[in-house]
Amino acid sequence: MKRILRTPLGLSAAVLLLAVLVLAVIAPLVWTDQANAVDTAQISRGSTAEHWMGTDNLGRDVFLRVLVATGLSVRLALLATAIGVLAGLVLGAVPVVLGRRAGRVVTAVVNIAVAFPALLLALFFAVVIGPGTTGSLLAIGFATAPGFARLVQTLVAKVAGLDYVAAARVAGAGRIRLLVRHILPNVAEPLVINATMAAGAALLAFAGLSFLGLGVQPPEYDWGRLLGEGLQGIYLRPAAAIAPGVAVVVAGLAFHLFGEALSKGFTRHTAPVKLRRTEAASAVPTDDDAVLVVEDLRVAFPGVTPVRGVSFTVGQGEAVGIVGESGSGKSLTALAVARLIEHPGQVDAQRLTFQGRDLRNGDDRVHRRLLGTSLAMVFQDPMTSLNPAMRIGRQLAEVAEQHQGASRKQAWQRAVDRLRAVRIPDPERRARQYPHEFSGGMRQRAMIGMGLMGKPALIIADEPTTALDVTVQRQVLRLLRTIRAADGAALLLISHDITVVSQVCDRVLVMYAGRVVEDLPADELHTAARHPYTRALLAAVPDMTTDRDLPLAVIPGRPVDAAQVPTGCAYAPRCPLATERCVTAHPPLETDNGRRVACWHADVPVQVGDRGE
Amino acid sequence: MTAAISRTHWDSPWLGFAVRRAGRLLVSLWVLITAAFLMIHVIPGDPVRAALGPSASVQLVEARRAALGLNDPLWLQYLNYLGDLLTLDMRSSMVSGLPVAQVIGDRLPATLELAGYAAALAFAVAIPLGAGMAVLTRGGRRRPAELGFTATSAVLAVVPEFLLAVGLIYVFGVRLAWLPVAGRDGFDSYILPVLALMIAPGAVLARIMRVEMLAVFEADHVRTARAKRLPQWLITLRHVLPNALTATVTVGGLLLGALVAGTVLVENVFAWPGLGSTIVQSILAKDYPVVQGVVLVYGLGVLLINLAVDVLLAVLDPRSTIRES
Repeated sequence: MKRILRTPLGLSAAVLLLAVLVLAVIAPLVWTDQANAVDTAQISRGSTAEHWMGTDNLGRDVFLRVLVATGLSVRLALLATAIGVLAGLVLGAVPVVLGRRAGRVVTAVVNIAVAFPALLLALFFAVVIGPGTTGSLLAIGFATAPGFARLVQTLVAKVAGLDYVAAARVAGAGRIRLLVRHILPNVAEPLVINATMAAGAALLAFAGLSFLGLGVQPPEYDWGRLLGEGLQGIYLRPAAAIAPGVAVVVAGLAFHLFGEALSKGFTRHTAPVKLRRTEAASAVPTDDDAVLVVEDLRVAFPGVTPVRGVSFTVGQGEAVGIVGESGSGKSLTALAVARLIEHPGQVDAQRLTFQGRDLRNGDDRVHRRLLGTSLAMVFQDPMTSLNPAMRIGRQLAEVAEQHQGASRKQAWQRAVDRLRAVRIPDPERRARQYPHEFSGGMRQRAMIGMGLMGKPALIIADEPTTALDVTVQRQVLRLLRTIRAADGAALLLISHDITVVSQVCDRVLVMYAGRVVEDLPADELHTAARHPYTRALLAAVPDMTTDRDLPLAVIPGRPVDAAQVPTGCAYAPRCPLATERCVTAHPPLETDNGRRVACWHADVPVQVGDRGE
Repeated sequence: MTAAISRTHWDSPWLGFAVRRAGRLLVSLWVLITAAFLMIHVIPGDPVRAALGPSASVQLVEARRAALGLNDPLWLQYLNYLGDLLTLDMRSSMVSGLPVAQVIGDRLPATLELAGYAAALAFAVAIPLGAGMAVLTRGGRRRPAELGFTATSAVLAVVPEFLLAVGLIYVFGVRLAWLPVAGRDGFDSYILPVLALMIAPGAVLARIMRVEMLAVFEADHVRTARAKRLPQWLITLRHVLPNALTATVTVGGLLLGALVAGTVLVENVFAWPGLGSTIVQSILAKDYPVVQGVVLVYGLGVLLINLAVDVLLAVLDPRSTIRES
């Protein structure tokens, strides 16, 4: 509650709502007699000193009548909401209490009722029950009920599937007890939010019915009634129509905004953290033939710099792997290299050349053709990385249409051909299908096929096999290898799986906390890894010789939070070799015979990978 | 046999979809008709006596009851009601004596026009507006524009159509005297009712469209489209817009249903000669055959809108036909 009042929206909504509620209680007590006082000398007047909003056709003060009407309007709205919520709770909870079969009938009825707008339902009930205060009260209440029933059903279904409810059921709790003790308390929060909003809607609906003459009947009056009476004389005395209208809008907004503030208050926000600048990274080996040269690459978002000076090159046809835990900045490195970081992300580099072209400057248009045909991207989740509303063939074909000037038909044929190249069976038929008709492995192959629409010099694959099962993983990796052999494309493979990387790649970059900590040939990984982090990663992978009686090796501690990187070596808090120096000074990435490592204790032998408890 | 059936379903999810939708429509229609039929029977007291008033003679009431078939057993009345509906015979008004079908035929076009123009205008304004705002403000760009849009649309979305109507009448009818405020006569007379009806749903739609667009801009498949180096306009139009439309259409359908209900109020404010003013007058006059007929028309309208939304969704998002089975 405090959290809600702290926001300007929450505070103003709360104040407004409180004012409306207080007025609703006080106004009828104080002003009822004055508001009903008939003054035949002042019939249908405009604004005067005595009656600043004028008088109605019996000479009664409009302003006072609007104030007094607050009481009845708010009371009826709250009552109607209460009826609606109660009826909704009963209807919504019935499936739990009565069991499946009776529940299904109720659900079906609710589903049909929910399809009809509340006002139509209210009109229907108003006919059945008859016009008047009671009639419209019940009408609006019952019209609110189906929406709540649906809400309760959804919420209950969600909660009922949870473990603790299942546990209570196993423990022999009865259905009613289950509902009251375990389920309702856990759905109360959204119910309160929705009830607040519904009260606002009920207020408006009541005003509508009364305005039509179906709600409150004279001599009683609420805002809707006053509005209806005022509208008839709007040319002479507009205030009589405008004042109740404004009152309805203000009160409706008060309920609605308060409900909105409630729902916002229940979802948490994380505070942004200040950006911390870091020192420059070490020099890179340069290679003019390289497909890709990256020097001191940084990626910053407001408050964090997840990639802090990464340098590496990828030679023609070379396969380079980047490994690291999640949050090490490896995927962002890949996206930054491909110019796919979007606002508000900021990419910075000393050098970023692809095929000899500087990618740092110029907008997308300049590099579009080159990147569109020579750089292929494969993303982690083939489920979400393809457009669900477009045929696979079209998604491939648009590359050729865009960059190679192909006609629609040529592009389609090329797409079918590429699908065949990535071993999609029956590619003519498959090209006409949508992504949801493909299996995960086929989707990933289609993604690769998309990259092959041009003639890629580099394939950037960001965790291409993580979302796939083991056999399919193998197929996809084999496919990548075949393509490299056939087309001579280089590969930048991003993975958290050091085994996959060591199998597929020539060279391995190990990243930790936004920096490269080691760079070495893949075949030396098991024999000559020098950084304690690399060695810990390797030790964490079980193989045939791993003693199965011992628990699996783990790296103690947690990865560094990108928003709070320590001054010294980022790995120091988790490193068994860490000394005073590691904590205070950041180790530079030293090059030695084409291999690079950033560690003060690179050559100290160590028994890494503590056996976890 | 089962294998053969599931085989056809697999080949054409559309067939299964059409069958399910038609079934759902029929069930809803049956519930609607039964509710309309029962309406007259659950009213406390004698509806005919209520309609004709306490001064009407016993003979007149009896004659009217007999004419309406109210003395038959309930099941027979129900069967007759269903049979008559098939021939579009919905009895006659107890007040004017005109056949209900004729009353509806006279009044429906005005309501359809009003609702149709309002809905078309709401979509025509809200979708480009919401999409445009999303393009302008995505990734936290142009904060003031975003704030202005969200605040204005939030307030407009809450103001009910009949209050908006009163406000519009005051400003454009009374103060500026630019536009007529009642009746249905010429182009001018359409402007205020249509505006009153479309502004709130338009505001909601524009908000939803913006939020959906922003969500789709963040989606993985849009990153793929960017990785294909398509121009920004093509990404927005081909990869973002269609996927954002699905959710907007779903909510748009619900709003259209509410818009149908909104016509009842707006017609009464503007003295619009449509079904909305008819139903209110008939409820007040206890002219139950007319009420029954109009309720059926409104209900059918809502059901048809829902069906149209479902079909449109299935076209926009081919997964939706599969997902539900």
